[in-house]
Amino acid sequence: MNRYPIWKYAIILIALVLGAVYTLPNFFGEAPAVQVSSAKVTVKVDSSTLARVEETLKTAGIAANQITLDAMSIKARFDNTELQLRAKDAIQKALIPDASNPGYVVALNLISRSPAWLTSLHAFPMYLGLDLRGGVHFMLQVDMQAALTKKAESLAGDIRTSLREKNVRHGGISRDGQLIEIRFRDAQTLAAAKLIIQDDFADLQTLDAPAGTEFKLTASIKPEAARRVQDQSLKQNITTLHNRINELGVSEPVIQQQGLDRIVVQLPGVQDTAKAKDILGRTATLEVRMVDESAEARAAESGTAAVPFGSERFLERNGQPVIVKKQVILTGENLTDAQPGFDNQTQEAVVNLTLDAKGSRIFRDVTRESIGKRMAILLFEKGKGEVVTAPVIRSEIGGGRVQISGRMTTMEANDTALLLRAGSLAAPMDIIEEKTIGPSLGAENIAKGFSSVTWGFVAVAIFMCFYYMLFGVFSSVALGVNLLLLVAMLSMLQATLTLPGMAAMALVLGMAIDANVLINERVREELRSGASAQAAIHTGYDRAWATILDSNITTLIAGIALLAFGSGPVRGFAVVHVLGILTSMFSSVFFSRGLVNLWYGRQKKLKSVSIGTIWRPESGTEIKPN
Amino acid sequence: MEFFRIKRDIPFMRHALILNAVSFITFAAAVFFLFSRGLNLSVEFTGGTLMEVSYSQPADLNAIRNTTASLGLSDVQVQNFGSARDVLIRLPVQKGVSSAQQGDRVMAALKAADSGATMRRIEFVGPQVGDELAIDGIKALAFVIAGIMIYLALRFEWKFAVAAIIANLHDVIIILGFFAFFQWEFSLAVLAAVLAVLGYSVNESVVIFDRIRENFRRYRKMNSQEIIDSAITSTISRTIITHGSTQLMVVSMLLFGGATLHYFAMALTIGILFGIYSSVFVAAAIAMWLGIKREDLIKGGPKKDEDPNDPNAGAIV
Repeated sequence: MNRYPIWKYAIILIALVLGAVYTLPNFFGEAPAVQVSSAKVTVKVDSSTLARVEETLKTAGIAANQITLDAMSIKARFDNTELQLRAKDAIQKALIPDASNPGYVVALNLISRSPAWLTSLHAFPMYLGLDLRGGVHFMLQVDMQAALTKKAESLAGDIRTSLREKNVRHGGISRDGQLIEIRFRDAQTLAAAKLIIQDDFADLQTLDAPAGTEFKLTASIKPEAARRVQDQSLKQNITTLHNRINELGVSEPVIQQQGLDRIVVQLPGVQDTAKAKDILGRTATLEVRMVDESAEARAAESGTAAVPFGSERFLERNGQPVIVKKQVILTGENLTDAQPGFDNQTQEAVVNLTLDAKGSRIFRDVTRESIGKRMAILLFEKGKGEVVTAPVIRSEIGGGRVQISGRMTTMEANDTALLLRAGSLAAPMDIIEEKTIGPSLGAENIAKGFSSVTWGFVAVAIFMCFYYMLFGVFSSVALGVNLLLLVAMLSMLQATLTLPGMAAMALVLGMAIDANVLINERVREELRSGASAQAAIHTGYDRAWATILDSNITTLIAGIALLAFGSGPVRGFAVVHVLGILTSMFSSVFFSRGLVNLWYGRQKKLKSVSIGTIWRPESGTEIKPN
Repeated sequence: MEFFRIKRDIPFMRHALILNAVSFITFAAAVFFLFSRGLNLSVEFTGGTLMEVSYSQPADLNAIRNTTASLGLSDVQVQNFGSARDVLIRLPVQKGVSSAQQGDRVMAALKAADSGATMRRIEFVGPQVGDELAIDGIKALAFVIAGIMIYLALRFEWKFAVAAIIANLHDVIIILGFFAFFQWEFSLAVLAAVLAVLGYSVNESVVIFDRIRENFRRYRKMNSQEIIDSAITSTISRTIITHGSTQLMVVSMLLFGGATLHYFAMALTIGILFGIYSSVFVAAAIAMWLGIKREDLIKGGPKKDEDPNDPNAGAIV
């Protein structure tokens, strides 16, 4: 009766092998590495970059253990930190000729020392949270009201332009918060304007003023459009943050949306919070200027003459110098959107810019006067400018819709649009939560969490072995398997392990032993009431199962509540807690039964089992109610 | 080895009144301290800045207080954390000051005063986050209570659900009472521990309820009180051993987990100790007073009792 069919043993074996394989990477430790990733949207890290890195290391005479290329970056692993630092310098020199304009981020990193075959199985070490490895955590709140106000402002300008183009006379357009109010002289123009707004502005809904002396139309942003605006603002802010954080040279930054209006930024290994905050909060500016096309400027462009007075020299992304006048025509404030697209006639990739009312007026005037000349769009960050694009003006452009075209690939159009949009934050952000954990504290936390788990485990195992003898040994082995499976699951899911998570690990082990105590006590009770050894094992396991299930379900309810409502440290606790309960059901019931069956199941005439003292009140009688 | 050599059922329920009086007094004291002293909420809930600074020599707390006072900061708490060389500094949220920068300013001043000062961690939490966390905590608690009650009501009967949840909420209040009395810091991790304890000690009540149902089936001549006594007596050894093992783990956390896990482990210790007491004695006594009867648990004729394949048969421990 106490035999498992082969397939049950097979399941146990498979689980153990999988558990061992996915736990293994955690034992290899970490090796110093240099990571190369792209600092700009337009720069890609690919096999040609890989070849350059390999070439550089070879000429510098630095031996790398392993160089890998993944979707985002190139990682080169070294034997020691000395080689790592030398390699970083060499790669930096080769890939970034101009330090003021880096195309790549070359950062120091630690990567797992685990062999390539494990990595190819997607077996990685557990992902450690910031409290275990040190670093900076920010939570930023995006001011969505400001984003909506900005949108309303630009829509108000668009309405003004649109009404003028269609010759509808209005008595003034003003913005009150996120509402746009338009006054009219009579009902007829009001009706005409209303029609235009309904046709041309899908994002707006209109409301007539109560019938009275005044003819007023109030337009507000539709809820679904408002949601879209908020969504876009958040995405744009995240893109901007990505670009800025690239400059910090962080190896694995985490930038995530949290909730509807929050962004979480985690920078492992960064200690200088002041600098990080400075970079996150910085504003990039976009400027539109005219290209200086005088003879002197042409000469300066080719490097044969000095830059003429009143002009400046900037580089285009491909390194081509452009001489640009100092006078600024437009700034990024007037740009409301930039999207990649295709030209209707030529099917060429283009970038469509949308300007606000003031911007479009200026743009129309400038373009009317300078047909055939070149205009430069510059992006300034940290006071350093770069020409994003410098197209030739073909015709007068009114209406605030500008198309930039000119031998762009779809990819380039996407990147340019992104750069133009990402230059500035869509909405202001505030830091509402900030955590900095020093590296020594992180290492100490790992050591503390580790010793809590180890000593707790040892104490429980010793007690079990003494109290339940061989069955205690089985229980302890099952507990060890539980730990193995839990670590394997955490590694597989790449769930973030935090210090509360390590505490949960210890707690779950303490709770998992509950199932084995239930089983062992029940088996003893069966033996006490005179059941044969084999029957006692059988009924003991069977009857304890319902109770184990019940007790685990109540614990799971609590765990799921923590997972659903918890944030930060509570979540880290809950993930391990819930996973641990699930693995414990497998190990302490299914697996431990397997061990017992293997040991005792084949003995037909089993006289006694080693489960500690079976005490009887008086020999031969069972415990009875009084 | 066998710790429990019990010859006859122990008449626990005869002392139900005393047991409940004891828990009521502890409960009342806990509520009293909760209201009179309040919880010492961590910055996660209140908002503000928390800094852990490490010194090469034992730190002079007064000198640190003077340094922060010279920066014009009020209500700054400075205390040792774990060892004499580690210091925890709490700065409340200050209106008008960009609090995110506060930590950096204080750290610079401390470094200037003593070059041996190194930053271990800085946490800044805005006031709006704190409010949300408190609300989320209450939601989680409500979810756990509702979930467990529904589960128990389905698995057993509403009287058991009410008894179990009263008994275990009384644990939660007592843990909070300890935190209020000693003014230990109540952080998010402690909240997690409290909720984990709630789920954990309910399962204790479940084991006993299972046994009560089983006994109602088996011993048809006993009254409710005797049945409960018998159920508690036969599960007491398992109860104490499992709680003891869990407690071993928690003690290891208390000893080796360091200052960060200290209060987390503390909450678990109190929760586990009171969990044994309340789920065994309080829950059963309340169920008795709510008037559980054989008919509540056993539906159908006596024949069903002997049916070995009865799917509703309770677990036996």
